[in-house]
Amino acid sequence: MDPVTIESGADGVVVAVMDLPGRPMNVVGDALMAGLSQALDRLAEPQARGLLLTSGKADFCAGGDLDRMATWAGPEQPFQAAQAMKAVLRRMETQGKPVVAAIHGHALGGGLEIALACHARLALDDAGIKLGQPEVKLGLMPGGGGTVRLPRLLGQQAALEIMLQGNDQSPQQALALGLLAGLAPDREALMAQARAWIAAHPAAQQPWDVPKFRFPGGDSRAPASLPMWSLAPSVAGAKSRGNVPAVQHIMSSVFEGGLLGFDAASDVESRYFAASATSIECRNLIGTLWTQLNAVKKGSSRPAAVARSRVARLGVLGAGMMGAGIAHAAARAGIDVLLLDKTQAAAEQGKARTQGLLDGAQAKGRCSAAQRDAALARIAPTTDFARLADADLVIEAVFEDRAVKAEVTRQAEAVLGEGAVFASNTSTLPISGLAQASARPDRFIGLHFFSPVHRMPLVEIIVGAQTSDQTLARGFDFVRQIGKTPIVVNDRRGFYTSRVFASYLMEGVAMLAEGVHPRHIEMAGLQAGMPMPPLALQDEVSLSLSLHVAEQARQDLSREGKPFAEHPGMAVVRRLCEIGRLGRKAGRGFYDWDAQGRRLWPGLAELCPPATAQPPQRELIDRLLFVQANEAARCLEEGVLRSVADGNVGSILGWGFAPFHGGALRFIDAMGPAVFVDRARALAAAHGPRFAPAEIVCRAAADRQWLDG
Amino acid sequence: MTDAFIYDHLRTPRGKGKKDGGLHQASPVWLLRTLLQALQQRHALDTSLVDDVVLGCVTPVGEQGADIARSAVLDAGWAQTCAGVTQSRFCASGLESVNLAAAKVKSGWEDLVVAGGVESMSRWPMGSDGGAWVMDPRVNSALGFVPQGVGADLIATIEGFSRADLDAFALRSHRRAAAARAEGRFDGAIVPVLDIAGLPMLAQDETIRPDASLDALARLEPSFAAVGRMGFDETALRKYTTVEQIRHLHHAGNASGIVDGAALMLIGNAEGGRRAGLRPRARIRAAAVVGSEPTIMLTGPTPACRKVLAKAGLSVSDIDLWEINEAFAAVPLKTARDLGIDLERLNVNGGAIAMGHPLGATGCILLGTLLDELERRGLAIGCATLCVGGGMGIATVIERV
Repeated sequence: MDPVTIESGADGVVVAVMDLPGRPMNVVGDALMAGLSQALDRLAEPQARGLLLTSGKADFCAGGDLDRMATWAGPEQPFQAAQAMKAVLRRMETQGKPVVAAIHGHALGGGLEIALACHARLALDDAGIKLGQPEVKLGLMPGGGGTVRLPRLLGQQAALEIMLQGNDQSPQQALALGLLAGLAPDREALMAQARAWIAAHPAAQQPWDVPKFRFPGGDSRAPASLPMWSLAPSVAGAKSRGNVPAVQHIMSSVFEGGLLGFDAASDVESRYFAASATSIECRNLIGTLWTQLNAVKKGSSRPAAVARSRVARLGVLGAGMMGAGIAHAAARAGIDVLLLDKTQAAAEQGKARTQGLLDGAQAKGRCSAAQRDAALARIAPTTDFARLADADLVIEAVFEDRAVKAEVTRQAEAVLGEGAVFASNTSTLPISGLAQASARPDRFIGLHFFSPVHRMPLVEIIVGAQTSDQTLARGFDFVRQIGKTPIVVNDRRGFYTSRVFASYLMEGVAMLAEGVHPRHIEMAGLQAGMPMPPLALQDEVSLSLSLHVAEQARQDLSREGKPFAEHPGMAVVRRLCEIGRLGRKAGRGFYDWDAQGRRLWPGLAELCPPATAQPPQRELIDRLLFVQANEAARCLEEGVLRSVADGNVGSILGWGFAPFHGGALRFIDAMGPAVFVDRARALAAAHGPRFAPAEIVCRAAADRQWLDG
Repeated sequence: MTDAFIYDHLRTPRGKGKKDGGLHQASPVWLLRTLLQALQQRHALDTSLVDDVVLGCVTPVGEQGADIARSAVLDAGWAQTCAGVTQSRFCASGLESVNLAAAKVKSGWEDLVVAGGVESMSRWPMGSDGGAWVMDPRVNSALGFVPQGVGADLIATIEGFSRADLDAFALRSHRRAAAARAEGRFDGAIVPVLDIAGLPMLAQDETIRPDASLDALARLEPSFAAVGRMGFDETALRKYTTVEQIRHLHHAGNASGIVDGAALMLIGNAEGGRRAGLRPRARIRAAAVVGSEPTIMLTGPTPACRKVLAKAGLSVSDIDLWEINEAFAAVPLKTARDLGIDLERLNVNGGAIAMGHPLGATGCILLGTLLDELERRGLAIGCATLCVGGGMGIATVIERV
């Protein structure tokens, strides 16, 4: 089978269908470009009048071949790959006959770049289709002419926004932007429109190949573009904080490309593309958010021997924010949901919450009105435990209290079928302890969802002491069924995500206790690449909750006769709680919170006076990242984590660990365990034993190995 | 080493840097021609004795580009053996010209050199020449570019200056400039600009407001709050990590005015002056430039002054009068605070807030104004300093002879 099938019709239109054999999606690579080249050969024949480019897959083209990119060793390969792709695309747009892209599915990254090299793009009017240049999200940039053609088509500023933000456009949005020439209601109309366009434009030329072409809004030379260029790095830097080279490279490629002719601009793009593709940040991002994420989703942590299962009917106990969020996610995935609470009013209120989420999704074009109504119809609010009898899975999301959870466990199990699984959505209580309330602890599991459920892609699956492989597999399959990413961890205090996440917050508080200026701490958190600074995040989480968890740990450990060393930041948390500064919910914590936002509480300067000499940012950034990485390594060492991939994926999707480091464990591997150990020991000497490198890292360093072996 | 003496200096009045400004219809080379001819006529100067003309120009594009110094020398009818060079050290260019000319003289390589600068900001707005610092996104990021006003507001925030402090300083600039003009203290330096037909275009500084008031100043909107919010504040705060928020306090009334103007200063060794029949007025004792942190950008004057004082073997208390360029009110206030300068010795005849800052010329104007005032008061030593784009500072110490 050919990567691109080519048929010539009686009307002289050559139809080229991209359909890579053996792949679920069309990806840009040598095979696809060779196929396109053959289509151009056919187009060169005298009877051919134009080329209609489309796809035989669900997608038009999903973008570059990331598996191939992961193998690139040095800059020559990405440079040559980009140049080779561009040579074909340049030939396509300059050969003199019209080329039209008929887009009936996603056109992303290199896929959109192929479409941009066509003389016109027509798409199906389907809100589910995504068009965009998402490369930056993986530390990459367009390398197939995107930074050259988009500015020439849409203007520099619009092009920068598309490529720097990496967000998708729907066909309607793309039409409004000027990315598309038209929309068609169905595939037949799409092909007809494409043929009509070819007939109407027998000698198509790209705007940038017409003499006296001018950039819409001006090129980099235009005085009018100076304010934009002076500001663009600040706007981009406020988000990326200089941590992702591709952000810089996209801007540079557009800027320099806006001073040069088309061909020189194309070459310059390939140079920046090669620099982006070989950056450590890009390798980290692809390594974790592509390679490891795919492995995790495919079930690397799922017991392979157990047959796949599906949940048809789900019970959710507790219709609060988490319960409603879980119900919403399940209903969207076509699962019938019983949303149960103590009173019918509470259950109805939970359903109303899911309606709000569905309305929001519809308003943003993420689902149709019919899909919204169907999802809503699947959610049945109730107070009646008896209706759980035919549920395949029940998830409790009730108040975080052992007694309350034990009670609903017993009530549910009284009616549950033999094969049904009972799951707790606890974020802090050990699963094996909760399972003591269960008559069937082998079918008891933890499914830790993150808030807000509709936005957070991760579910942390907690395997209790008695949880069976069968139960784990069923929990795993359910998480995949609702489109979320499962990581699997063993049952220890704080599991994985809460435990490591807490180390980030408390390190910030410890710095405050030492006299580091609060703003200096917060900036270090942001510069480190964390989505929120530690003190503000501690306010969000609530200081009282952190204090409660610490007190609980102290009690549990003393009951077990184990030593408890209080974190050096905890005294500050306790003091703030004593004076009623409990966090954001109270309107006061480290910050004063109101409708306008947050401002550091001025009283903090008296409670923790800033020292006259402040440590450098680098020191603070290291502490905030090393403390998390080291805690994650301890989780691996203690068997809380079952795999490095789960640790990396969970850290980025769970609490936003600096993605360009590739996750909390890849942070160690990327710098090398030996380097990590040296620095961690120095930090331990200066700041305490929490930095003493985990034994598993010391062993890797000594053996010249990596954690991800 | 050979001494470098100041023999004379002169300048155009400063005209409002807009389309309705008094010098908008005069080309920049016309301003220079006016001054070069006036300088020649004042002293019946044999221009073949002048080795070089060193001029500052910050936006050397269009009619202001391509080494305007050489064009001006020839256009003014000076001897063609007199050379001309144009340079830019951003806002310090006018003083840089003086320092370069002095260095040429002190090295013994040249005997008489004209220093100065020109800027027609109404005809060639700031930024018309682009530059990697601002435009090139790679360089812009690496240097942490923010507009100077954001840096000035950051200085005010860190130093704790209030809007009232800054406005009071601005008012003082106008009052002192107005008084100085009324008393004719600038008359010795100013050469009125006439048009091609000989009709007067501008004879006095145009932007001084004798009627300025704190009330009027208080009504002006901050100039950099909007661009700060668009992203520049965040860039600055990434470097100034103990500042929670930049307070935007500078506005059109407490920052230097955008104006058109030019200035020249004749510098030479004793032999060069004798040959031209000139009497020295002051000796250039020392000069210094420094680099400073580029994002806050405007903190260079303090280290530059410390450096120049050390070179001259002087302390702050030895300086009788100071000129600190009023790029933004926070700059002279901070520099004076850093160095412990008595405000009664600082910018005693007002400054760029009242009279404007023609970028390429200002440094030369400051030094000339300083010399005139030292003479008027019978004092000896003065120091002029400016903050500079890209994070630099410059300072020059002169002593009357």
